[in-house]
Amino acid sequence: MSDEEIDLKGLSDEDLVTQMHDDLYDGLAPEIVEGTEILLARGWSAEKTLSEALVEGMRIVGIDFRDGILFVPEVLLAANAMKAGMEVLRPLLSESDTDRMGKIVIGTVKGDIHDIGKNLVAMMLEGAGFEVIDLGINNPVEDYLAALEEHKPEILGMSALLTTTMPYMKVVIDTMVEKGIRDDYIVLVGGAPLNEDFGKAVGADAYCRDAAVAAETAQALVLARRAAVAAS
Amino acid sequence: MTASLLEDEVEFGSAHARVLILACGAIAREVLAVRDLNGWGHVDVRCLPAKLHSTPALIPAAVDAKLTELEGRYDHVFVAYADCGTAGALEPVLERHGVERLPGAHCYGFLAGNDAWDAMQEDEPATFYLTDFLARHFDSLVVRALKLDTHPELLPIVFGNYKRLVYLAQTDDARLEERARDAAAFLGLAFERRRTGYGELVPSLTRFVDGVRA
Repeated sequence: MSDEEIDLKGLSDEDLVTQMHDDLYDGLAPEIVEGTEILLARGWSAEKTLSEALVEGMRIVGIDFRDGILFVPEVLLAANAMKAGMEVLRPLLSESDTDRMGKIVIGTVKGDIHDIGKNLVAMMLEGAGFEVIDLGINNPVEDYLAALEEHKPEILGMSALLTTTMPYMKVVIDTMVEKGIRDDYIVLVGGAPLNEDFGKAVGADAYCRDAAVAAETAQALVLARRAAVAAS
Repeated sequence: MTASLLEDEVEFGSAHARVLILACGAIAREVLAVRDLNGWGHVDVRCLPAKLHSTPALIPAAVDAKLTELEGRYDHVFVAYADCGTAGALEPVLERHGVERLPGAHCYGFLAGNDAWDAMQEDEPATFYLTDFLARHFDSLVVRALKLDTHPELLPIVFGNYKRLVYLAQTDDARLEERARDAAAFLGLAFERRRTGYGELVPSLTRFVDGVRA
């Protein structure tokens, strides 16, 4: 990017959204806030602004992270910028939108205090229309079960960064099986050391390799489950 | 020497040695100390770049490439890596080459002793660990790699959940202890030093070398 300051208000909608993708990529929070406010002032809905400007921009960041073009600090700066835009949009997001996709309970497993990836997933899920109940870090099985009971979500999401803590996901899923509630929920797992085989081995419905995939997978599995219920 | 251990492959050996320890550059000093103190002149040490510590997904391929390159050069090889965040991906590589590795999940474990490390982690999961190497290279491997120097707003995002920094000291080095204390202060964490020595590195390497002799 050039150092020349760009007048965001002077851009067309299309160019502004493209510029916001660039600004998100560069982690420029004030520009993202300004761009978000301009789109809203032009009559864009909060949902459309979130989806086309922020979520799509973050999806591009995710791809370049996966491909080794961007690294953790750049992704964190981008996420920070998206968060700033989300804060503008959150009060405007309609109840109907969160009702559309349902709820997800998400948290990092017991013994693990890492939450960067989990927070990114939570943000992308919110952007995809889910109501996110974030349990934070270091969650024993009891916390997950209590949250499932209280919030009745469609999805349980578990995260771990350490090879020493990721086996705890199986403890949670096995406990759900013992209590006869496993099939009441879609279970998604993720975290840097996990892979698809691990997800299958612990009995999850899907392993999600990054935040964008988590949001897409969550949407697809919820819609598939609803279609199956409607057909039965 | 230290700069190259971080970035480059480094060899410590002779043309005639037929025994190899392929080590992570982050424990090169410790492996060399064990070798030299035991007088294992017939053992070469080759190190992969220590910066792989920060990108564990790249370790299996790097180890595989080096073992493949050295096929036939040595009669016996030991890999001085633990699982090191590879989530088991190193195992099939080692099985294919018929070599063994250090026990445990990572260097903190085998340096502190895996049981002792498990207890420390159980006691306080919100612990960030430094070894001698990581204390020495904290600025480059942590501060600059995570851009905490130019973007201090990332500090609470990355380290906000941590409560203490435990410096697992392999040696009594006042300068390294000072660096570790400075690191804890920079991160806003309580500081604790535990003298571990070389932990399970010594018996593991000794078993390998003794096994070769037998």
